[in-house]
Amino acid sequence: MRIRLKIWRQESNETSGRMESYELKDVNEEMSFLEMLDVLNEQLMEKGIRPVEFDHDCREGICGQCGVMINGEPHGPLQHTTTCQLHMRTFRDGAEIYIEPFRADAFPVKCDLKIDRSAFDRIIQSGGFISVDTGQAPEANTTRISVPVAESAFDSAACIGCGACVAACKNASAALFTSAKITHLVKLPQGQTEAQERVLKMVSQMDAEGFGHCTNTEACEAACPQEISVLNIARMNWEYNKAHIMRK
Amino acid sequence: MLDAKIPEGPLEEKWNYYKSHTKLVNPANRKKIDVIVVGTGLAGSAIAASLGEMGYRVKSFCFQDTARRAHSVAAQGGVNACKNYKNDGDSVFRMFYDTIKGGDFRSREANVYRLAECSANLIDQAVAQGVPFGREYAGYLNNRSFGGVQVSRTFYARGQTGQQLLLGAYQALMRQVHAGHVQLSTRHEMLELVVIDGKARGVIVRDLVTGALERHGAHAVVLATGGFGKIYFLSTLAMGCNGSAIWRAHKKGALIANPSWTQIHPTSLPQSGEYQSKLTLMSESLRNDGRIWVPKKEDDQRPPNQIPEEERDYYLERRYPAFGNLTPRDIASRAAKERIDAGYGIGPLKNAVYLDFSRAIGEQGEDKIREKYGNLFRMYQKITNVNAYTEPMRISPAAHFSMGGLWVDYELMTSIPGLYALGESNFADHGANRLGANSLLQACVDGYFIAPYTMANFLADEIRTGPIDTKHPAFEAAEEQVKAQLRMLENIQGKHPADYFHRNLGRVLYDKCGLSRSAAGLSSAIADIQQLRHDFYKQLYVPRGFAINTELEKAGRVADYLELGELMCHDALTRNESCGAHFREEYQTPDGEAMRNDKDFAFISAWEWQGANNPPLLHKEPLHFEFVTPTVRSYK
Repeated sequence: MRIRLKIWRQESNETSGRMESYELKDVNEEMSFLEMLDVLNEQLMEKGIRPVEFDHDCREGICGQCGVMINGEPHGPLQHTTTCQLHMRTFRDGAEIYIEPFRADAFPVKCDLKIDRSAFDRIIQSGGFISVDTGQAPEANTTRISVPVAESAFDSAACIGCGACVAACKNASAALFTSAKITHLVKLPQGQTEAQERVLKMVSQMDAEGFGHCTNTEACEAACPQEISVLNIARMNWEYNKAHIMRK
Repeated sequence: MLDAKIPEGPLEEKWNYYKSHTKLVNPANRKKIDVIVVGTGLAGSAIAASLGEMGYRVKSFCFQDTARRAHSVAAQGGVNACKNYKNDGDSVFRMFYDTIKGGDFRSREANVYRLAECSANLIDQAVAQGVPFGREYAGYLNNRSFGGVQVSRTFYARGQTGQQLLLGAYQALMRQVHAGHVQLSTRHEMLELVVIDGKARGVIVRDLVTGALERHGAHAVVLATGGFGKIYFLSTLAMGCNGSAIWRAHKKGALIANPSWTQIHPTSLPQSGEYQSKLTLMSESLRNDGRIWVPKKEDDQRPPNQIPEEERDYYLERRYPAFGNLTPRDIASRAAKERIDAGYGIGPLKNAVYLDFSRAIGEQGEDKIREKYGNLFRMYQKITNVNAYTEPMRISPAAHFSMGGLWVDYELMTSIPGLYALGESNFADHGANRLGANSLLQACVDGYFIAPYTMANFLADEIRTGPIDTKHPAFEAAEEQVKAQLRMLENIQGKHPADYFHRNLGRVLYDKCGLSRSAAGLSSAIADIQQLRHDFYKQLYVPRGFAINTELEKAGRVADYLELGELMCHDALTRNESCGAHFREEYQTPDGEAMRNDKDFAFISAWEWQGANNPPLLHKEPLHFEFVTPTVRSYK
């Protein structure tokens, strides 16, 4: 396969960036998208050009570290697939592919396609946990949790924190990410004690990080590799309003 | 010289005895103590969070962009614990015995017993954190079985157990960061250990965004930096997994034990081309319902569904009728290699075997199989474009887990006082072969339940030490050394990037220090690696002068791999027996099973660094079996 690439190049947070064009002549369709970038980088280095910096680690779709905009879509054209799990067979021979970093004020670009997603960590720090010190836990089977509840909590807990939801949203809202954690924990009996405090703190941290508001376009769910449902956002809003009323 | 500090007394009382007699640090004194934790996987997050909760001042580092991405996240199948919820005969002793037998009697009884003993607590802790384990319809926790055992003691969270356990530990860590007890630095890589007056007192780290070097001092340093299976280049590990932290500690005096014992996982996806960067793992849990086979006819070109039942060789069921498709990983991998090498491999590169679900789908229905393994089948389809509900999967062995690692005593302290190694970065519990679902367990137990006690025993004597001064000459020297190495790597300006050397090293190790080894092969591997290292320092290319520089990060890791790889070969060469994952061709029974030699090799090989151009020095820690009798490990 022959592929034409337009890639966002930006040396650092202080410099401005631009799109650069590259061409690859021998792309194998069994290659993953990131392996295609590996091959590009080897060729760039042979020419003395600085290789393209991009984030990635596990390359099996679970760590959440990879993620770029491919032709304007977070993680590219395949639904529910991280960038690392996208294979070149998805593209046609001769395709032109635009690759850019996930864009949001709260995700500043560090270099080329690498961004800073530490805002997500700070949202979790503000309350995305159950406060249990090591050693405090009771015997596990004392709390029975029905299969539907456990499974639905799992559906929310499956978030990999990649940021595609933010990148897909025209408001750069982190509502899907934040609500997934709130919902995971509030659905479990262990998480209910702190539910009120958690939702207030996490929502306030989300706002403080500069993410936009949710306007229910549902673009986040469509882009999410883990198929996290927008119903999590509804749950968050409900929990948030409930917490406000209960507080008074 | 090597004192494992195993407490006296009956096996089942050792850990309780230790905990009751260890020194403690008074809560008011804990805030005077600094601890550095490198790595934020299960072991690293668990110890950093636990120490933070207790009131110590903790600094935590990871190279990923957030702590939640550490490679524990990728573990799929489950975590073992002897709760005996299934009433099927499980007990601490049985779990201990399964683990020590699974490790082919090459681990310490006391360590392994403690692992089993603490396993039940872990499930309690994880559930309390909100880990959504699989449940039965009555709401109680469910279990599945895993390779190498005959009870169901594996707890699981779909095929994402590692992710869910890690998120629990990560959230506990984030809570401590918010509380100000843990200072977390992401995108920081440890490049040197600082030793003052014989004690580990700090690290030099590189900020991977600014490129700046930083000094951090502490009263103790914990390495929880995972395994080094990525040394084989193609492996199931993440791209960033590396052996640099433990290797740099090794060069500062920490011994490395049994480095050649690498678990080659039997159920990974086969390599499909030269460009390939990793081999994706398919959980071992698939072997609960999948049957492994190759065609009986050599070089059979027919598609799998056209090969009739009687022309299929279910070689695991044939060779190991008692355990069948659930034999331990080393045996399953070696049996696959045996068939592939004999010419029965399948797929375009003839490097794979089939994992077939047709019988399970026939018996249980496609929906049931989808419920159990849906995410794995989906992942398989994404990567290969093949629907495994209608056609068998193609699988192949791939480097996976390092049983070897930094030598630690019963307290998980390395041979450098104040330096601890937890989780996969140490060697302690798995012997020569790790059982499935024991790695998540070991990482968690080390971090939550062992190190918080054993470190107090050391830190109790540090309450009068005062803050560690990072202007000390040892910090100066360590930083200068790192700076010089980085400059040197950038200045070679040769023609090959780091991956070129890494790929070649991986090829040598797969061929000569992988699933099977021989004296001749290992000797030639040592020469190959020395040559490769020579070429590396002549021909390496690293882009020069950039703060964010992935190629420079890789080059440092490959430089370490090129030394560690040689040590692995020395280790394999001196062990004239076959045990677990270490299979020496010269030492096998007539039917191709491993031949262990307890008379001469019932010891742990702990290696001491002697300089780049000198062979390493071997120390032996004898293994004493007081409570079990090593037997021939038979799964027939």
